[in-house]
Amino acid sequence: MAAHNILSNKSRYARSVFGNVMNFLILLIVAAFMVIPMIYTVSNAFKPFNELFIFPPKLIVMNPTFDNFLGINSILRQSWIPLVRYILNSLLVTGIGVLGQIILASLAGFVLSKEQFPGRDFLNNIVVLSLMFSGGVTAIPNYIIFAKLGMINSHLSLILPAFCNSLGLFLMKQFIDQMVPMSLLEAARIDGAGEFRIYFNVVMPLCKPAWLTLLIFSFQSLWSTAGGTYIYDEQLRTLPSALSTMIYGGIARAGVSAAVALLLVLPPTITFILSQSNVLQTMASSGMKE
Amino acid sequence: MKVKVFHVLQQIQKKKICYLFIAPFFILFFIFTVLPVLSAMGLSLTYYNVLELPRFIGLENYIQMFFYDDLFIKALLNTLTMAMVIGPIGFLASFILSWMLAELNRGIRTTLVVMLYAPSISGNLFLVWSLIFHGDAYGYLNSTLMNMGLIEQPIQWTTDTRYMMAVVILVSLWMSLGTSFLSFIAGLQGVDLNQIEAGLIDGVRNRWQELWYIILPSMKPQLLFGSVMSITAAFSVGAVGAALCGEPSVDYAVHTIINHLNDHGITRYEMGYACAISTVLFFMMVISNKLIHKILRKVGT
Repeated sequence: MAAHNILSNKSRYARSVFGNVMNFLILLIVAAFMVIPMIYTVSNAFKPFNELFIFPPKLIVMNPTFDNFLGINSILRQSWIPLVRYILNSLLVTGIGVLGQIILASLAGFVLSKEQFPGRDFLNNIVVLSLMFSGGVTAIPNYIIFAKLGMINSHLSLILPAFCNSLGLFLMKQFIDQMVPMSLLEAARIDGAGEFRIYFNVVMPLCKPAWLTLLIFSFQSLWSTAGGTYIYDEQLRTLPSALSTMIYGGIARAGVSAAVALLLVLPPTITFILSQSNVLQTMASSGMKE
Repeated sequence: MKVKVFHVLQQIQKKKICYLFIAPFFILFFIFTVLPVLSAMGLSLTYYNVLELPRFIGLENYIQMFFYDDLFIKALLNTLTMAMVIGPIGFLASFILSWMLAELNRGIRTTLVVMLYAPSISGNLFLVWSLIFHGDAYGYLNSTLMNMGLIEQPIQWTTDTRYMMAVVILVSLWMSLGTSFLSFIAGLQGVDLNQIEAGLIDGVRNRWQELWYIILPSMKPQLLFGSVMSITAAFSVGAVGAALCGEPSVDYAVHTIINHLNDHGITRYEMGYACAISTVLFFMMVISNKLIHKILRKVGT
């Protein structure tokens, strides 16, 4: 724990007050630029109809209203499928997908990082290479594979490919390289712990920042998956796919689509904030490396 | 030879548990990623219009692309220009900002990280930028410049070939604090504090020395990850230009390989040709990845 105090001890190197203020100011200015579209998304959702069409548009809403959100409900009431159904579908796909991705990627990342076995380098290489092939043209082969496996019109066509996301494995492997010292694994082995035990009690706690970061990426991508190509049953559609039909409803639905846009980014944003504050919290516990 | 095979088999037998750990991931990975990618590469050797069965034509797609398709060459040059600016600057900005954040207290830091990552999460991105770069006097940038008396006439930012490239690069840079940025933030949490202490004893005198000799070397795994992410992002620019400048853009000034691929694959149903474009893009990324690994190896020495 003594080591921990070094980083928080601001006088490690004398950085002037001026330096600290500049550091903070630069970050603040950059951050202010970055956050503009987020503010815009939020305030648009509360704009009354006439404010949405002011040109040039105002960044901040003047007379906030909830009408746009009520509009979503009234449009959806006309269809047979309630909004709750779409939300549940999305939660199901996202929840299982995220969990599976983290487990499979960390299991594989652990041995690819820490064990020597025939084929290891080859597998590491193709995972990195696969990240560099642009997705668009694989749509047709993918469809054929889904069809052969009977996965068309099933949530499996969204979940199973997420399980083997190469970004996830690459990320976990790289972080385990850095965050899990070999000596600790050997110590655990001498104490008689099996591989699963080591994975669960040593590797996973140590690389918590890694899987919390992966959680953000996978939640974000799965939550925004519409899956329109593979899923056509109304009962099975996900929230983004159902809502996208509302967004393209023309001028009359501009307010509703602004509200929809906000609803769609809310869950990933909350997940992001929660997991990020935990990533930063793990700082204090990294003393266990001693 | 026989002995070697036997040795490998023995190794596999001994490391059974390893294969058990990687099996769930890699079985799915081969079915849902490797197989489709290999099929796409195979299709690049065919004429395939999606409606009829693919017809083998050898390297004709590639010959067409490099010798007869002027637009592809233009897209190639545009992509290279963009990638060479966006890749390195995006990568460095991600690292420098995450490093600047490292010693702030937790509440402020979380807030700033959330703000900085906002473009990657909020959707709605191009809308704001298209308002800023709107071509008439109401566009935010034009009206500001005109009020300051710097220009007399509004500038057509997104249709004047002199400015389009700069606009697309600027917006792409603004969006580049994504995957690498978050992985650097998390990676800085994994820097061993004992090493920093040891560095102090060994005579590290200032922040810059600490950065170069201690922090960067111990973050090599994340730097490698970030570099791959930055390469794929930098070579895949296409959506920004399409959203701001239209598709196709005026005089194809911001036409990229990805735009070209979408044009042939989605609009014209020339899937074989699109697959060939994808394969060329793939090799471009692989080569630049090799180059960057060489550079990263020099870090901390």
